[in-house]
Amino acid sequence: MKELALMKGNEAIAEAAIRAGVDGYFGYPITPQSEVMEYLMLQKPEERTGMVVLQAESEVASINMVYGAAGTGKKVMTSSSSPGISLMQEGISYIAGAELPCLIVNVVRGGPGLGTIQPSQADYFQSTKGGGHGDYRLIVLAPASVQEMADFVDLSFELAFKYRNPALILTDGLIGQMMEKVELPPQKERVSEFDQSWVTTGKTKDRERNIITSLNLDSDKQYEHNLKLQAKYKSMEQDVMFEKIECDDADFLLLAYGSSARICQKVVEVSRSRGKKVGLLRPQTLFPFPTQEIARMARRVKGMMSVELSAGQMVEDVKLAVNGRVPVYHYGMLGGKIHSPDDVLQAVEEKYIGGY
Amino acid sequence: MELNKIIKPENLVYKRTPLMTDANLSYCPGCGHGTVHRLIMEVVEEMGIQEDTIAIAPVGCSVLAYDFMDVDCAQAAHGRAPAVATGIKRLWPDKFVFTYQGDGDLAAIGTAETIHACNRGENITIFFVNNGIYGMTGGQMAPTTLEGMKSSTSPYGRNNETMGPPYKITELIAQLQGTYYVTRQAVHKPGPVRKAKKAIRKALEVQRDKKGISFIEFVSNCNSGWKMTPNDSNIWMEENMFPFYPMGDIKVDGELVKSP
Repeated sequence: MKELALMKGNEAIAEAAIRAGVDGYFGYPITPQSEVMEYLMLQKPEERTGMVVLQAESEVASINMVYGAAGTGKKVMTSSSSPGISLMQEGISYIAGAELPCLIVNVVRGGPGLGTIQPSQADYFQSTKGGGHGDYRLIVLAPASVQEMADFVDLSFELAFKYRNPALILTDGLIGQMMEKVELPPQKERVSEFDQSWVTTGKTKDRERNIITSLNLDSDKQYEHNLKLQAKYKSMEQDVMFEKIECDDADFLLLAYGSSARICQKVVEVSRSRGKKVGLLRPQTLFPFPTQEIARMARRVKGMMSVELSAGQMVEDVKLAVNGRVPVYHYGMLGGKIHSPDDVLQAVEEKYIGGY
Repeated sequence: MELNKIIKPENLVYKRTPLMTDANLSYCPGCGHGTVHRLIMEVVEEMGIQEDTIAIAPVGCSVLAYDFMDVDCAQAAHGRAPAVATGIKRLWPDKFVFTYQGDGDLAAIGTAETIHACNRGENITIFFVNNGIYGMTGGQMAPTTLEGMKSSTSPYGRNNETMGPPYKITELIAQLQGTYYVTRQAVHKPGPVRKAKKAIRKALEVQRDKKGISFIEFVSNCNSGWKMTPNDSNIWMEENMFPFYPMGDIKVDGELVKSP
């Protein structure tokens, strides 16, 4: 029987984490994501599943707790919002370098600096291009509903362990704070179904010691390690996920993820009612990015517009995919303000290149 | 004469510690790190806990500690070893988890992680090697560099007024409720080595008995960073470091004790 609930996106992440059999959560309060740890603490997950939840002294500490715990093969996660995620970047780079699986949730707020606590999608570059130092990538998932907030938790761990790479759920204050109906996933047992041969849990007689490190003083070894990482990132293309709405006959394509995608759904609906063949391609994974699908669509539509709560970040990846074949526009809202469907609609009608 | 003829079983009074690997130590001749490594590994062997031990290597001279200690190891970002250890220990409460850190790592960049792991009473062990200098990066001033002591970033000597005075983080963390056993040791002579080994044993037993944090500071030398011969550095350490960083137990069984 379906188990339905009405909850906030942040709560859905927390509940889904318990149900995904997550072993540990380490976090630090920050608006607009504090409900994640609050919900976890209230739920007494140590009684429900044995999950450890610890409030750390800083985001720096919490990401390094994740580093240590992830190195023991456990399912561990943290969550924060933009300034906190910036503090974590060193640790995330280490986690990527040491090839550890884990989940990081970023409920984005407007920046730069302390910025605003209102929703934003301005951390796209930080999330998809690395964020910390060195050549690395995260697996980045972008939920557009409370349901996907719940569903992407287990999916993140599946991908994180498949590639031994940190996964990041990139969402924002809008999806995190809004309440929707959500079908809760079933409770998984808190046992690891993944390879444990590399973990640091004590050297037994039957194996060499395991070491979790991102250090290679020998540049030949670091070179080989970098090549291996790059090949891994390339191979992630097979797990690209996106949703296409009204794309089959579209002659103008909107590209949006997360909260902007929800707004663009309405834009597509209204545009269609006015006879304009507008479609929406919604990336569910931002890394890997649906480059091939966008390139394919570029051969069929007359123009594209990337709609983001930023000054134009994802639009760069769209342009790379389109490679000059059709005009690519950007429409964005800044500073924690949210564009309305009417705002986007007006921009679409200005730029629309249809059959008229 | 062949080596085998010299090494008669009855003459064997010392052997290589089995839990030290065959890798050549990267430490300078005369440095105390190798001795501390060996003592920890001897105790791990004697307690029979190798299969349950996870070490955390820091950033600093001992960044490659995992090359030398034959136990599972995680290498941590600069200063974050107590947080990394916390993550491991919380999920594996029956394993032995220890950090191995220098003064820059533990008492400067990692101050927050050190204090909060100690305050929470994480059931881990912290081994802290204090040689009053950043050795790995070439002898810069550390939080524990003595007043007037020269380093590459205090070339005219540490000026307490402009650079801040050295501080005793070991005494500081001993004030916290979560710490159970806090002591200061040295490894430059046979006597101190024997005492230090006993302290290491006690620290890991405290962890075994789940009593809270055990914390051992080893006041040590850095003959390269101090620009002295190994012997001179040990004499200088006794004359200058020991008065400021006095040897002995600071907290035992959760109770503060007078420093000897």
